[in-house]
Amino acid sequence: MAKEENKTSRRKFLSRSARGTGLVALGGLGGLLTGKRSISAKDTVWQIDPYKCIQCGQCATECVLMPSAVKCVHSYELCGYCFRCFGYFDPNTTDFNSAAENQLCPTGAINRRFIEEPYYEYTIDESLCIGCGKCVKGCGTFGNGSLFLQVRHDLCLNCSECRIARSCPADAFVRVPADQPYLFKKRDEQI
Amino acid sequence: MIRPAVAVIPIVMVGILVPAAFGDVRVRPPEFESDYRALSTEAPPARSAGGQYADVTVLIVALTAAGYFAIYRRSRAWLVALTVFSLAYFGFWRGGCVCPIGAIQNVALAVFDSGYKLPLVVAAFFAIPLVFTLFHGRTFCAAVCPLGAVQDLVALKPIRLPRWLVDSLGLFPYLYLAAAVLLAAMGSAFVICRTDPFVSLFRLLPVGKWVQGLGQQQLRPSGGAMVAGRFDLLLPVGLFLLLGIFVARPYCRFICPYGAMLRLFSRISKLHVTITPGECIRCRLCEDSCPFGAILKPTGQIPASAHPGEKRRLALLLALLPALVLAGGVLGYAVSGLAARVEHTVQLAERVRLEETGAVAGQTDLSRAFSELGTTNRQLYSQALAVKGKYAVGASLAGAFFGLVVALKLVSLAVRRKREDYLPDKATCMSCGRCFAYCPVEQHRRSKGTLPEIMVKTEQ
Repeated sequence: MAKEENKTSRRKFLSRSARGTGLVALGGLGGLLTGKRSISAKDTVWQIDPYKCIQCGQCATECVLMPSAVKCVHSYELCGYCFRCFGYFDPNTTDFNSAAENQLCPTGAINRRFIEEPYYEYTIDESLCIGCGKCVKGCGTFGNGSLFLQVRHDLCLNCSECRIARSCPADAFVRVPADQPYLFKKRDEQI
Repeated sequence: MIRPAVAVIPIVMVGILVPAAFGDVRVRPPEFESDYRALSTEAPPARSAGGQYADVTVLIVALTAAGYFAIYRRSRAWLVALTVFSLAYFGFWRGGCVCPIGAIQNVALAVFDSGYKLPLVVAAFFAIPLVFTLFHGRTFCAAVCPLGAVQDLVALKPIRLPRWLVDSLGLFPYLYLAAAVLLAAMGSAFVICRTDPFVSLFRLLPVGKWVQGLGQQQLRPSGGAMVAGRFDLLLPVGLFLLLGIFVARPYCRFICPYGAMLRLFSRISKLHVTITPGECIRCRLCEDSCPFGAILKPTGQIPASAHPGEKRRLALLLALLPALVLAGGVLGYAVSGLAARVEHTVQLAERVRLEETGAVAGQTDLSRAFSELGTTNRQLYSQALAVKGKYAVGASLAGAFFGLVVALKLVSLAVRRKREDYLPDKATCMSCGRCFAYCPVEQHRRSKGTLPEIMVKTEQ
C-alpha cells in the first residue's frame, strides 16, 4: 500500500515537473522572441518595388481580396502630363478622346482632365482600379514611368505569406517597415 | 510605328530644356503657366488591428468556457453549442485566419529570421491554446478550433478503424509539423495555410463585405481562383467532410500539426476530461462510445510471465532508437535538394543555369526579370548553393526529429502499463464529451441532479 502511494506521488511529481517544463519552454520562446527581436526587428508590411515590377498582371488575380489591394499609383512629379498618355490610351487608337474604346484601362479607372495647352492631368480612381498594371506597362514603355503599382495598406490584410508575393515572377514583393509602408517612384531616384 | 509619336511629344511641349533634370525621364515634366498646382501621391495609412485583439479575447473566453463545459459541467450539449459558435466566429466570420495551426509557421519564421517580427496577435493565438491544454487537456480541439468544429458536426456515422491504421496514420502530423516548420523557418512557404482544405468553405460566404470592414472588398475563397472556380475549390473540403461522416475528424487525427503539439501538452495536463464523474464500475458501456478510439480499456492483471519476449523487444527498440534518429536524418538530407526547390532562388538558379548551358531556349518571366536586374549568374548560383546548404542542415534535423517520433512510438507500443479503469487516452482524446452519456454513473448523477465530483471538490 505504501509502495502504491509512493508510486502515484512519483507520477504526480513527474507530471507536475513536465508541466512546469512546458510552461517554461513557452515562456522562454516568448522571451526570446520579444526580448531580442523587439529591438532589432520592426513590424513589416508587404510592398512592391516599382523598379523590379514587370507588370505581369498577377497582382489583379492573386490577392486574397477581390478586387486586389494592389492599385495603380501616380507619381505626379514624374508625369509628363502628355496629351497622348500611353498609360491612358490604347496604343492602337488614333482618337485621343476619353471614349471608352480608346482607353487602355479595362475599368476606366483613370481620369483625364485638361489643365492648359498642351497638358493633361491623369488621376486614378482607386475604387475602380483592379491593379492589372496595363497602364503601368504602357507608361513605363513609352513614357516616364510615372504610373506604378503599390500595395494599398488601407486595404491590404498583411497576410503572413502574401499570395501575390509567392507568384510574383520578378520577386518584386518585399517586406518594408510598417512606418514607411510605401515605395514611391520619385525623380532622380530612377536609374 | 509608335516610336515617332514618342519623339514628337518633347518637341510639342513648351519650356526650357534643362539636360540635368531631363536625365531620368523621357518626357520632361512641365512648368505650368496657369496657377495649376500638381497633386501629390496619396499614401493611405494601414487599417487598424483592433478587430484582431477582439479575436484574442474571444479565444480566451471560448477556451475557458470549453474547459468549464468539458471538465466541470460535463455537458456535451454545451460543448456542441460552443462548437457551433466557434465555427461561426473563427470560421465564417473571421474567414479562418488567424488560427493557431498556421501560427506555428509564423513562430518558426520569427525564431529563425531575425528580420521578421512576430505579430502579437499571432503569438497569442499560438501560445494560449497550448497553455490551456497544459491545464485542461485538448479542450481547444473540443469546441474552439473551427476546423475541428466543422468536422465534429459532420461525424455522424463513425466507423472503428483498426488500431494499426490509426497508429500509423497518427504519425503523419509529426512529419507534417517537421516539414511545415522547416519550410517556414527557411522563409520559403507557409504550407499549412496553402493546403488547408477548410478555408475555402469559410470564405464561401461573402461575410467580409459587411463584417470585416473590408468595404467593397471581399475575401476570395482560398485566394487566387475567381468565383467561377468555386467548385474545384470546394472539392477538397467536400471530400474531407464526406470522409468525416465515417472517419471522425480525419484532419484533426491524421493531419493537423498543431494537434501533434497538443497531444504532447495534453499528455502532461493538470486536469483532463474523465469518462465517469465518480468511480469507474467497468461496465464496458463506454467502450464503443468514442468515435476517435481514444478510450483505453482496462488491462487487468498482467502476470510477469505472460509475455516473455516483451522485455527483449523493448531493449531492442531502445537500442534501435539512435539508429532510427540517424536514419531519419539521412533521409531528410537525401530529400533536402528536392525541398530546396520550393525556394524561389533555387528555382531561378536552375532555370538560369539551363539557359546558360543552352539546354533550354528562351526565357521565362522570372529569368527575364533577373537578367534585367544586373546581378551576375555566378552570384545567383552562390546564393542558391547557400540556400541548398541551409536546407541540407534543416531537412536533416527535421528528418531526425521524425525518426525520433517513430522510435518513441514503437517504444510506447512495446511498453505495457497496467490500467484498472476505462480511461481517456490523454493524448488523442479531444474532450468532445460524447462518452459522458454512456456512463451509468453519469446517468445516475444526472438523475439525482448532483454536481460532478470535481465541482464539489473545487467548491469546498
